[in-house]
Amino acid sequence: MNKARQNPLNTAAMHGALILYTLIALFPVFVIIINSFKSRRAIFREPLALPDAESFSLIGYQTVMKQGDFFLYFQNSLIVTVVSLALVLLFGAMAAFALSEYKFKGNTLMGLYLALGIMIPIRIGTVAILDMMVATGLVNTLWALILVYTAQGLPLAVFILSEFMRQVSDDLKNAGRVDGLTEYTIFFRLVLPLVRPAMATVAVFNMIPIWNDLWFPLILAPAEETKTLTLGSQVFIGQFVTDWNAVLSALSMAILPVLVLYVIFSRQLIRGITSGAVK
Amino acid sequence: MQTRRIRWHIAVFLAPAVLVYTAVMIFPLFNTLRLALFTEVDQTRIYVGLQNFRTLFFDPIWSEQFWNALGNNFWFFLIHMLVQNPIGIALAALLSHPRLRFAALYRSAIFIPTIMSFVIVGFAWKLILSPLWGIAPSMLDAIGLKSLFAPWLGKEEHALTTLALVSVWQFVGIPMMLIYAALLSIPEEILEAGEIDGITGASAFWKIKLPLIIPSIGIISILTFVGNFNAFDLIYVSQGALAGPDFSTDILGTFMYRTFFGFQLQLGDPHMGSAIAGAMFAIILVGVCLYLFGIQTRMRRYQL
Repeated sequence: MNKARQNPLNTAAMHGALILYTLIALFPVFVIIINSFKSRRAIFREPLALPDAESFSLIGYQTVMKQGDFFLYFQNSLIVTVVSLALVLLFGAMAAFALSEYKFKGNTLMGLYLALGIMIPIRIGTVAILDMMVATGLVNTLWALILVYTAQGLPLAVFILSEFMRQVSDDLKNAGRVDGLTEYTIFFRLVLPLVRPAMATVAVFNMIPIWNDLWFPLILAPAEETKTLTLGSQVFIGQFVTDWNAVLSALSMAILPVLVLYVIFSRQLIRGITSGAVK
Repeated sequence: MQTRRIRWHIAVFLAPAVLVYTAVMIFPLFNTLRLALFTEVDQTRIYVGLQNFRTLFFDPIWSEQFWNALGNNFWFFLIHMLVQNPIGIALAALLSHPRLRFAALYRSAIFIPTIMSFVIVGFAWKLILSPLWGIAPSMLDAIGLKSLFAPWLGKEEHALTTLALVSVWQFVGIPMMLIYAALLSIPEEILEAGEIDGITGASAFWKIKLPLIIPSIGIISILTFVGNFNAFDLIYVSQGALAGPDFSTDILGTFMYRTFFGFQLQLGDPHMGSAIAGAMFAIILVGVCLYLFGIQTRMRRYQL
């Protein structure tokens, strides 16, 4: 174990810096949520006070429930995100394994070709993507979004996963080969479990842009029944911009599912990162 | 390999990714670049070569908007590099300290803004910075700095910087997490070896850990560059497609959106939109090539 002398002053300074930054990170969220439970007058009079018996009000939430279909938006976001992520992880890991494991003609070229997409954002092709989705009738379906996000996520997934797969010991794979395992078994049974922390990282980094994207829902699926939570809340807030109760409540309702998802997946992410390091 | 048999499993492993990627990403990308060479007259598409680009760069009406958006975009990127990434690295260095208590708690809390959508972040900060609501001025007042307050998002000279800082606030979790993972992957033996030589604490960070995580810092930089040069959402949410006040927060993403879809009195023009996309493509390509051939190949990788 590390036996560096621990200076209590240092420790205090470290905690101080981290607490300060944590406050900066959480303050806006906190302000939005507490004010969403207050009456209009209290929001303006004492924005930093917690709601009490006198100022408590759910009027904003009532407006949101009456006017917006947030449950449907949430469901759309969930379907799009989960399906896209599953496809990105599966296809990405397979391609990363092919690139990192085998020497074949055009390997480097294929790697560069796939890596192009990390650097060249898919948004640049929007004009032609819209053309294509209109031509194939996929406009205003969730499939349009799933296809776009899968294609968008693949390059980074391949890049990160092949970095990690290069670190998987060759001896292990060769031992598997000596034992007569097929390449598919080696991939699914030996390599995938070892790069699980990397998969978690890829999932997190892909999940955020997919869930939060406004551009493609706005362009490819703006219909009421395919609106994602991000687009739905943007449109809603745009319409109710002067109704502060409704805006604050809509924001809180958009924050809530993300926070819940985060609590679920952050445990897995952190376990992934640390187990990768302790190994 | 002596035998020249075809290794089908390689094709099977590559096929799904390559197919989806080619059909939905690469093909539309080049199709968009092709569309930039056309224009529409009386609802027929005619080939005009580089005319659209000439309009974009030299026509006074277009070029003024284009250079404005490009300049703003560079400023946006610069703030991310100077503020977001150093803060992210510093936080990761603090968090990876071996016996720090509550590290998991801090880490989870600091990552929360990153998981929220631009819609939440944009509107939340718009409300907080609003002079109408008064949270920002009353907080500055509490520390005696009320005179510093200005309606930052409404002032031409401050709006872009303010939005860039909001974006930094949101995304600092990404460099933090990447660097944190990289720092944890440094083997204990290396740090112990340094300790025996008397290198501990801050100097261990500068002399041992930092050189080992430089590849991660390189990746973060290029991700920031690309992310910033196709940013759109935050500006659209908080300032609208017109990127006000007076286009002072206009970046390439919002400029392209306005041109492609039209706004208010201007009709959408997919061909000029494609031309702007082409320009963005070129800028990003130049940046990426600089990174790949200028920086990454010179970076030393340590086998850990």
